[in-house]
Amino acid sequence: MKTKIRRYLKASLALLLLPIMVFSLAACQSSSPSDSESPSGSSPGTDPSGSSPGTDPGKSNFAELVVHVGPDPDTIDPALNSAVDGATLIAHAFEGLYSLDENGIPVPAQAESVDISGDGLTYTFKLRSGLKWSDGSPITAGDFVYAWARAVDPDTGADYEYMFESIAGYDKGELEVAAPDDNTIVVKLVARTPYFLELMAFPTFFPVKQNVVEANGDAWATKVETYIGNGPYKMVEWTPGSHITYAKNENYWNVGALGPERIKFLLMDDDNAILASYMSGGVKFIDTVPNDEIDNLRSRGDFFLEGQLGTYYISFNCAADVLDNPQFRKALTLAVDRDYITKEIGKAGQENAGGYVSTGVADAAPGSEFRAVGGNYYDPSPAAYEANLAEAKAIIAELYPDGNVPTLEYLYNTSTAHQLIGEALQQMWKEIGVTVTLQVQEWNTFLNTRKNGEYQIARNGWLCDYNDPMTMLDMWITGGGNNDAQWSNAEYDSLISQAKNSSDQAERMRLMHQAEDILFDEWVLCPIYFYVDIYMIDGGIDGFYSSPLGLKYFMYATPK
Amino acid sequence: MVKYICKRVLAAVITMLGISVITFALMKFVPGGPFLAEKAPSAAVTAALEAKYGLDKHPVEQYFTYMKGVLRGDLGPSIKKRGRTVAEIIAAGFPVSAKLGAIAIAVAVLLGVPLGSIAALCRGKWQDNLILVAATTGISVPSFITASLLLVTFGVKNNVTFGLATPAHYIIPVAALAFLPMSYIARLIRSSMLDVMGQDYMRTAKAKGLSQAVILFKHALRNSVLPVITYLGPAVAYTLTGSFVVERICTIPGLGNEFVSSIINRDYPMIMGTTLFLAALIIVMNVAVDIVYRLVDPRITFK
Repeated sequence: MKTKIRRYLKASLALLLLPIMVFSLAACQSSSPSDSESPSGSSPGTDPSGSSPGTDPGKSNFAELVVHVGPDPDTIDPALNSAVDGATLIAHAFEGLYSLDENGIPVPAQAESVDISGDGLTYTFKLRSGLKWSDGSPITAGDFVYAWARAVDPDTGADYEYMFESIAGYDKGELEVAAPDDNTIVVKLVARTPYFLELMAFPTFFPVKQNVVEANGDAWATKVETYIGNGPYKMVEWTPGSHITYAKNENYWNVGALGPERIKFLLMDDDNAILASYMSGGVKFIDTVPNDEIDNLRSRGDFFLEGQLGTYYISFNCAADVLDNPQFRKALTLAVDRDYITKEIGKAGQENAGGYVSTGVADAAPGSEFRAVGGNYYDPSPAAYEANLAEAKAIIAELYPDGNVPTLEYLYNTSTAHQLIGEALQQMWKEIGVTVTLQVQEWNTFLNTRKNGEYQIARNGWLCDYNDPMTMLDMWITGGGNNDAQWSNAEYDSLISQAKNSSDQAERMRLMHQAEDILFDEWVLCPIYFYVDIYMIDGGIDGFYSSPLGLKYFMYATPK
Repeated sequence: MVKYICKRVLAAVITMLGISVITFALMKFVPGGPFLAEKAPSAAVTAALEAKYGLDKHPVEQYFTYMKGVLRGDLGPSIKKRGRTVAEIIAAGFPVSAKLGAIAIAVAVLLGVPLGSIAALCRGKWQDNLILVAATTGISVPSFITASLLLVTFGVKNNVTFGLATPAHYIIPVAALAFLPMSYIARLIRSSMLDVMGQDYMRTAKAKGLSQAVILFKHALRNSVLPVITYLGPAVAYTLTGSFVVERICTIPGLGNEFVSSIINRDYPMIMGTTLFLAALIIVMNVAVDIVYRLVDPRITFK
């Protein structure tokens, strides 16, 4: 029997000729393109440093720090980017007039100093002397003026052009920003903007090099040769879908303070693979973990949870039948058991939301928070759930004494977490006699449906762009591009407009509290939880920090 | 032969045109657009972007503008990956996917054919059962499970969880990619070989006193391999252009990801570019299959 099998095996092996022939056809297909590998895409196999990072024992710095902050970015052009991971990549290659320190406080960066006029409306920045781009050419005040004008030009197509609205002239499309000499930038504001220096640390405000951008169009930010920045690091390699490698920028004014010689950002996309890579030691920092693993990882010393400025909420279509009744919206809002959602579904330590503006957003008094000052509009704690539920039931009973509540539809985009939350909401609303069907749509279709107001109830979320309640409140003005609720209230519009033009910080906050009060007089939306940012970082790293907006800073990371 | 080639080329051109029209129409009918985001850009920005990419024109005009570009060899810019062209993305991703895919197909054939033959020759014995169980598993288990399982076990232990830096890094993606075609080939070979072995000419060969090896190699396998070749044509095209799942899990900078993400992003030029590229490859592979047919079975002629 054995010899027979061996003979069969031999016979089969002889037939390898045939598959090889078939395969050679396939090889013909593949060999020619790989011979002429495109310049931008040298394969990871050619990376001499290999995949295992490590510290050089002789030095105090990492030779190469391998980290993960997100998948392949759509763009790392400071003006065009609107993603958090893209912002991290940009913040290592560019630098604004100010940057954020480890406590989130803006500190002078490209600017040496700033002079703020008594009325708070004119900022005069002095640049450091001898600033250079990564190609060695000098940086002037004009580079900032150019970058900002470019960002607000509609033809540039920048998602974040509205970040400039606090600067005078934004409405006319011509910012009142001037460069009287090569070292001075004068900015005029619409109203006193307490977070203006913080904005200076935001990527949309970073300078770009005019001749490089104009000569290469959008492509300038995709190639190593043209991706010229003024930040602590410069790009030395980008293999799309694989990794971006940065090395120290020797032309950076503060190059001596930097940590890692090189930083390699792995552009990974699969949560399980990301965690596996961290566990194997191949990656020293990861920005996401699989949801199902959070419970197992929570107790580890290298697992971190940080509050993120933003809110997961539910949009009601206030223009739709049934939902146009604020009392009905109130009942739906009260009937939600937020503790169940954060503990059993979110699992990441998300905070139950009792209002719209996220915790962590600053109020007028130094150190105070808008949420703490404004308080909760309903009690989101588990202890109050029964009482909230009873109130919701009473409202529905009053609105529909016969119990014939119309069936509604809850819309969400394809994702396990959104689905679980949808199913939980369906159960919770059933408690008060409201039947909701679930409708799932693919991401882009979902965005289209929600934007056009062709829904009844929909999942929604908002991450703050800067640390001020305005970033969450001005979207609800009549006709606002993100006013998915299709809601309109003249008093609200007026309060927002007054707050935007007020130079008195206490007055601004008071107006914005009033605005938020209106949101909950009318129950425009149903807050669920405030976001958290999860990451894991190797215990041997010191000097890493992240900002409340979720940007990660590796430039000062050193071995412990 | 010349007439045959002319016919095939003509058919290919018509097919490609048909595919381009259908794909273009379908992607325009799907709701949504490339500039939608959780934070919507302002109306002025959206309008400027639509003008920039010609999306403000009538769809029919857009189609002809696009096809004119294609004839000039210009597949247009990617809308989502700002600053990159579709041709650039295909040129960077395809070699990576093709190399990996070629290895996977080779492994699938080199293992699948012998396994299928052994199963057929040992029909009903434990070897057959074992191979059948393995092959059925390979067909039923999706590649993301194979890839994830290998990653958390083999990958973590050997620190090969991303990229293709060393030959060892190829093991997980190749195994995940090859498992299904290998299983399929093994089953194809097994069933067609069993069929062939029952034929009269096999009995004749045995009666003539030919050795087992000659019977197997010259008669049985040569005739059983035709269905495998039919299967391999499109399979090679699909495998060479990369797998969305495997490339995502193993962080491989290939083309597979673009097929799916371009549709999610409504990146219209990217959808057209990747679809036309894959279609062209499948057509080429089908011609190749016809030629291989003729080499394996001289009775087949080109008409």
